[in-house]
Amino acid sequence: MSTLVLHLAVAPALPLHSAGKYVAGAYIAFVAILLIYVGIMATRLGRTERELDELRRDVLARQQSSGDPTADDADREREGVV
Amino acid sequence: MKTYGRGLRGLSLVTVLTITVAFALVFFYAPLDANQGFIQKIFYIHVPLAITALCGFVFGGVLGAMYLRTGERKWDIRSYVAIHMALIFGIGTLFTGTIWAKASWGHWWVWSDPTLTSFLIVMLLFATYQPLRFSIEDPERQSRYASVFAVVAGAFVPLNFIAVRLAQPYVHPRVLTLTGGNLPGPMRLTFVVALLGVALLYVTLWKYEMAAKSTRMQVRALRRALLGEDAIAPLKRSAAPS
Repeated sequence: MSTLVLHLAVAPALPLHSAGKYVAGAYIAFVAILLIYVGIMATRLGRTERELDELRRDVLARQQSSGDPTADDADREREGVV
Repeated sequence: MKTYGRGLRGLSLVTVLTITVAFALVFFYAPLDANQGFIQKIFYIHVPLAITALCGFVFGGVLGAMYLRTGERKWDIRSYVAIHMALIFGIGTLFTGTIWAKASWGHWWVWSDPTLTSFLIVMLLFATYQPLRFSIEDPERQSRYASVFAVVAGAFVPLNFIAVRLAQPYVHPRVLTLTGGNLPGPMRLTFVVALLGVALLYVTLWKYEMAAKSTRMQVRALRRALLGEDAIAPLKRSAAPS
């Protein structure tokens, strides 16, 4: 740990003159693309969660309409999962 | 059914750690380039992105060949995701490359540089992959034609790379060659860690995408099994395998 601190202490300051903005721009572009992708993935995950929730409700409704005694257990299980 | 989410948490942590170490090495360890100075730091993100994108295209071709050999849909889905991810990494390569070109050459794009132009050609070639899929309605034909495209275009990538390497004269910096290149030790170490980090990022995102697709398909299959075909809304026409 102390070696790392020593290494950082002697490391040269970042020369953020004219080149700095380009280097920062390139790394920001990389992170931005990554974040956009994560955002799109989050939207898709939300859609899948909605579909799963819809499916669960449909299955419960069917079980209840057919008088399935395990429907209540399934309902309790669902609450436990959520 | 294969669960793509297995081991994803550990892989994600390793990826984040490797990229963090790579960035720390880039800014605190790797010396400034005597010729280009601070601008050369872009190299550590630009080149790994380019290598990973090109390898991703070839990987997509290999997976496409697996589909043509076996006829199993999972290979087509894997090939689709591999090419999809490689395109995203390719966009990153173009962005970081043009920023470097502006800083180094004073121009956002130099058409006379074979490396830049050939990479753009590869990107444009693979950009037609999704419209090609979208234009074919029948899923079986879509998978077959897309796999043929993936194999042919994937084979084009190394051929294109070799042709550009043989082209004279070029203005693009050459730092990695068969004879070892001209990177000094600290720069080489930083580059290798950055390349490993970006490659791990590709694998992680590929697995995430596969896990998401697999989960969605399983939900649809469950719905079909439990509630019958009528409960499923017909799929809209899509470039993505379903």
